[in-house]
Amino acid sequence: MHELLADQAVAVEAGLTRLSHVRPGDRGVIVDVRADHATGHGVDVHELERRLLEFGFVEGAAFEIIHQGLFGADPIAVRLDDMRVALRRRDAEDVWVRLDAK
Amino acid sequence: MSEAAIRPARVALVGNPNTGKTALFNALTGARQKVANYAGVTVERKEGFLTTPGGRSLSILDLPGTYSLRARSPDEAVTRDAVLGRLAGEVEPDVVVAVADATNLRLVLRLILELKAVGRPMVLALNMYDIAQRQGLRIDLEGLQRELGCPIVTTVATRKRGIQELTAKVDELIASGALSTANVWHEPSAAEIRGAHREAQRILKAYVRPPEHPDTFTGKVDAVLLHPVAGLAILLTLLFVMFQAVFAWAAPLMDGIDAGFAWLGAMVGQVLPNGLIKDFIADGVIAGVGSVLVFLPQILILFFFIILLEDFGYMARAAFLMDKIMGGAGLHGRAFIPLLSSFACAIPGIMAARVIDQKRDRMTTILVAPLMTCSARIPVYTLIISAFIPNRIVGPGLNLQGLVMFGLYAAGIISALAVSFVIRKVFWRGAVEPFLMELPTYKLPSFENVFRNLLLRAQIFLNRAGRIILPLMVAVWVLSTFPGPPPGATEPAIDYSFAGMIGQAIQPIFAPIGFNWQMVVALIPGFAAREVAVAALGTVYAVGDAEANVGALGARLAQHWSLATGLSFLAWYVFAPQCAATLGVVKRETNSWAWTGVMFAYMTTLAYLASLVVYHSAVALGGG
Repeated sequence: MHELLADQAVAVEAGLTRLSHVRPGDRGVIVDVRADHATGHGVDVHELERRLLEFGFVEGAAFEIIHQGLFGADPIAVRLDDMRVALRRRDAEDVWVRLDAK
Repeated sequence: MSEAAIRPARVALVGNPNTGKTALFNALTGARQKVANYAGVTVERKEGFLTTPGGRSLSILDLPGTYSLRARSPDEAVTRDAVLGRLAGEVEPDVVVAVADATNLRLVLRLILELKAVGRPMVLALNMYDIAQRQGLRIDLEGLQRELGCPIVTTVATRKRGIQELTAKVDELIASGALSTANVWHEPSAAEIRGAHREAQRILKAYVRPPEHPDTFTGKVDAVLLHPVAGLAILLTLLFVMFQAVFAWAAPLMDGIDAGFAWLGAMVGQVLPNGLIKDFIADGVIAGVGSVLVFLPQILILFFFIILLEDFGYMARAAFLMDKIMGGAGLHGRAFIPLLSSFACAIPGIMAARVIDQKRDRMTTILVAPLMTCSARIPVYTLIISAFIPNRIVGPGLNLQGLVMFGLYAAGIISALAVSFVIRKVFWRGAVEPFLMELPTYKLPSFENVFRNLLLRAQIFLNRAGRIILPLMVAVWVLSTFPGPPPGATEPAIDYSFAGMIGQAIQPIFAPIGFNWQMVVALIPGFAAREVAVAALGTVYAVGDAEANVGALGARLAQHWSLATGLSFLAWYVFAPQCAATLGVVKRETNSWAWTGVMFAYMTTLAYLASLVVYHSAVALGGG
């Protein structure tokens, strides 16, 4: 757990953000896809990681947030390279991204 | 004779969702298709046949779309097992045709790399090639062919372009005796998926030049359709139109079918001598077939909209917009359309739950769909309300009868949300599946594909739902007919039948909720369809043609029932699984009598408890 927190601190210092915390119009690059959050996805974290990877949430992919839902700003619609994917913010927590400067 | 001459060569279509795979399947096989279920699962098995220009017969299997052979849903498991030759009763395909959307190659390249590991001879069909050309996307076909080590054919399935070339290529591959290489596929780890992505990226970079005019249409349309406020408003408008259509457009057709079968029954009545055989054919078989067919217009209209919206690419957007709202009750965004359709009739609603790919989400939706107030409850509600609720103005524009009707609808919706919430909390605790969904580019639906898919829905409903519903209808007829009344009987014939005996025998169970034995007897034929209960009440209270004479029957009921009994009957109808056809479809869609039993049990329990509470509250308040 301490290691995890330390990891997060490093990530924040390096200017990284969770994909779950982005707003429409944000653009950037996916830097790290992890398997950290152990519960609450209905599948184990490694399965969630693989599903994210299979949908193209992979290190190096360029993205833009194009839409979000009305209630709780959820889910979000992401343009990933040349396709669009919708996902819930809770499932996007382990995708770390670097946002482009605006 | 060689084996090849006896059986057609097997070809499997594999690809991502939304690549036009089904359009390609339709273009290849035309009308020569048959649909069944894979053994033991509720996944549709779509097979078609064709003869190549070289005279070889091929059997084409249209497999469910997937992003990986690492299956996440029952549909995707079928694709994996079919490709690997692991499916019970199936042999591995001789040739795999990988279908790709030429404008969206990234993810499919990874799937193709997986398919290569399986080692079956493969052809790549680059579909929607016209759109790729229009966008100025350049693909080095020669180079890509060399790199992937499989022949490539460009196709435009909706215009039947490239189809001849594709079948010729498949033919060639089989004739050349292309052999499978060893199957080295295994479920990829996260690291291997990353590796495959890098490989796909390298291939893309080497052989595909990005489009000169990328598609901006989808982005522009999404700016409106996915707008948080406007998008929801458009969705609700669309659903309102759909609901109206299912409700209103179907009505004349349904009346027509009803009239047609009534006429047929009457004709048979004239031709055949009076007696059991005539009764069985006219009231059992013909009325039974009619009561199945009468749902067809609603099903076709509903599926017409669903297929159109799905092909256009809108369904994923609707799920996106509704996901948060539905999610509060533990339902998937895609459950919205099935549940809304259930206001017309639970049968098309339950069939529409197919659009939900996660099994638990789909089961929850199916289990709560019949709680939505379907149109067959309206005659029952109207009868009881007109008999027991005074037609009084209770406020500006508020009529007491209308208010009760509204309350019954609201009770249905609230209980459906509550039940799905409980299912989620109690049975599948915490098991909210990740919600990850591609938002495909918008495409104009092709008339032929919509038409073919619609035909398929009709065929599936008639073939298999009919096979379950019809026997149930006949069983209900047998119960309400045998044994016949003794000579000189004074009471209606149904009183002497098995239905009458059962009704009187189980009446004590219903006594606590205020039902008399006549009501219990009427419930039994009412099981054929909810509105039949009105006619059945007419029979037991000896009011001729009760459906056309609601006023007379209402007056009779008001004499015989207390207010508490009337309200209790209404509460019963909000929840009771009083519809053999719905149960038949649930059995067919879940492929399980156990789930059908669960639905029957929970709805009956809710109905009994609701009636109990309503009856005793009403008695306590002086309505006894």
